[in-house]
Amino acid sequence: MDIKLSRFNGGIHLDDHKSESLTRPVQVAPLPNQLIMPLKQHIGESNKPLVNVGDRVLRGQLIAGSSSPISAPVHASTSGIVRSIGPHLVAHASGQSADCIIIDVDGKDASIKVEPIEVSQMQAADILDHIRRLGVVGLGGASFPTSPKLSRGIDLGIHTLIINGAECEPYITCDDSLMQNQAYETVRGIGYLQRMLTPKKTLIGIEDNKPKAIEAMKLALQTESLPNTAVVSIPTLYPSGGEKQLIQILTGNEIPTGQLAFDIGIFCQNVGTCLAITQALELNQPLMSRYVTVSGDGVRLPGNWIVRLGTPIKYLIELAGGYVQNGLNQPNATQQHLVMGGPMMGFSLSSDNVPIVKSSNNILVMQQQLIAQQPGIHDECVRCGKCAEVCPAQLLPQQLYWHSRSKEYEKVEAYNLFDCIECGCCSAVCPSQIPLVQYYRASKSEIRATQRATFKSDRARIRFEFREKRLLLKKQQEEQKRRLKREALLKKSAAKKMDSSVADPIQAALDRIKAKKSEQVIVPKNITNLTADQQKQIDEADARRCSEHEQNT
Amino acid sequence: MLIAILTISAMAGIFGLILGYAAIRFKVEGNPIVDQIDSLLPQTQCGQCTYPGCRPYAEAIANGEAPINQCPPGGQSTVVLLADLLDVEVLELNAEHGDHNDVPLVAFIREDTCIGCTLCIQACPVDAILGSAKHMHTIIIDECTGCELCLPPCPVDCIDLIPIKQTIEDWKWSLPGETLASLESSSEQEGAITYGH
Repeated sequence: MDIKLSRFNGGIHLDDHKSESLTRPVQVAPLPNQLIMPLKQHIGESNKPLVNVGDRVLRGQLIAGSSSPISAPVHASTSGIVRSIGPHLVAHASGQSADCIIIDVDGKDASIKVEPIEVSQMQAADILDHIRRLGVVGLGGASFPTSPKLSRGIDLGIHTLIINGAECEPYITCDDSLMQNQAYETVRGIGYLQRMLTPKKTLIGIEDNKPKAIEAMKLALQTESLPNTAVVSIPTLYPSGGEKQLIQILTGNEIPTGQLAFDIGIFCQNVGTCLAITQALELNQPLMSRYVTVSGDGVRLPGNWIVRLGTPIKYLIELAGGYVQNGLNQPNATQQHLVMGGPMMGFSLSSDNVPIVKSSNNILVMQQQLIAQQPGIHDECVRCGKCAEVCPAQLLPQQLYWHSRSKEYEKVEAYNLFDCIECGCCSAVCPSQIPLVQYYRASKSEIRATQRATFKSDRARIRFEFREKRLLLKKQQEEQKRRLKREALLKKSAAKKMDSSVADPIQAALDRIKAKKSEQVIVPKNITNLTADQQKQIDEADARRCSEHEQNT
Repeated sequence: MLIAILTISAMAGIFGLILGYAAIRFKVEGNPIVDQIDSLLPQTQCGQCTYPGCRPYAEAIANGEAPINQCPPGGQSTVVLLADLLDVEVLELNAEHGDHNDVPLVAFIREDTCIGCTLCIQACPVDAILGSAKHMHTIIIDECTGCELCLPPCPVDCIDLIPIKQTIEDWKWSLPGETLASLESSSEQEGAITYGH
């Protein structure tokens, strides 16, 4: 396949520091004593724990999940007993805690019973559901659940599938080792993606500083013989591994502001995700481990490990020979600077007691703090414009900086802040060492917070207005009821008035009573059905009474 | 002369018809300025402004009956936004109506104390309390605006206002200068290295 490569704007050449962690072959990290499994390891809705404290869990067992389509469940990555469920420090820029399931590892690594599956007989919908249930997320860094992404791609129609193996950030070599180590599985994963998305062509983009990975992938591709698929060696230039940049290099297409790759018929997926898809579809195995690089000048033996999710970073650094201790001044870890991710886009960690999660690609241990992690000390902007020259998103970093600094969020948005991929090129070339990306991140999170607040207040307004309406309706209904009752009463009395001919109702009432009384002639009950004898006695008594009465008067 | 008069009259007639049609076709329902003011208010419906809800206050502002500084939940930033919208002078937030609280609050019912009297349910302006007579009540946290209107009617004082716990999801990056201010020592910053230099 003849591929004409394009170039994105700007970008910088960095000292790649990749050889350090590639001197030793990839190792499978042994099981730690304890696993820390954050409930949520993806972008989207939160998960709920599905196990209780004290439960025994097995490798591959579902331990947290959600019914939302934009979510990915979490599976236990080895067997053990659930010690606790609650907040624990996680690898996040905030240094805050999140709900985690802590598992005391029993060392047996017992698995749940795995049903064999036959992927060749599965429909696309079944495959999607399977990938979703096995917790596969994008392993390139964003951790977006793969299944909804694929389903959207299928709906919209895809002409080009791009597999991202660029891995442009310094120090990180986990994708490189993954491609060298498991090229066949990765390529088969690409095959499954092709089966679902039916793209016209597939391009696997790998930076040319990874010749071994390129060779391995080419060989695997030949063996697996995928149609219209090519491994493309792209020039090493940071940030060619950014989704938008890689798409531009390989296809020449730019993704318009506010749109996603789907919208122009392109689907991009990381090589690690392809491997996870293969493991899910061939072995029925959930996402429970990943390749992680440990590197930097602050660690003795940099390298790559296949690590179970939930493994504490501290344990991984011990595997890498521990922290470099240069002299008495730096006796322990607190003097080293820990970064999750690469030196350009990573964030600093305040503690090494945090777990590896689905998105953790690299642990960087540095003896000195990196500019991107440096809080606040910098010189003033000298308006040299170097930042604009290197910006791969073709933004105006200086304008964004001024407006971010003065908190003019409308203007920042007008300068397309949300197109910024936070690659850090601008910060890296800034002669005043301004941590520009941190300004942009602050503005972004402030704008998002405002959006959330607006959403909440809109809801409150709707609810308040609905309540007002409801109360008003209730009041009106009650009023109507009362009015109807009153009207009925009035009608009744009016009708009565019409019937009666007497003007004075009181007199009429009195007359009625009188009439009633006069009608009531008291008939004694003991004078009915009398015998002739009794009647005679009564008559005699009456006659006697009459005569006595006459005599008295 | 006559032609000129006729032309002008005809034009006047035509424009009159167009304007008349436009007035009917593009008629604006309600008072748009009230909507604009209402959209700036925080919608807590707390009534601290002395009006029974945010919209009545917005109407009062639009009618010139109320000053723009009576909304403590909105704080000074809302006063500034209102002043900007209405092109009036920025006022200090009127302390008589209460203080602005930076941390968002949410009501919480201590369920073992609740007697199920429904008084708070009737007081809640956004229907955020769930329960029925002689049954325990509870607050729907996502809908509660923290307006405090449920506190006074409660006969057993079982409602607390607690600050909303910040999570990783709503955590905000701070500006570099602000991070620095929050750090106690700056000694660690020395000797930073950067890529590309």
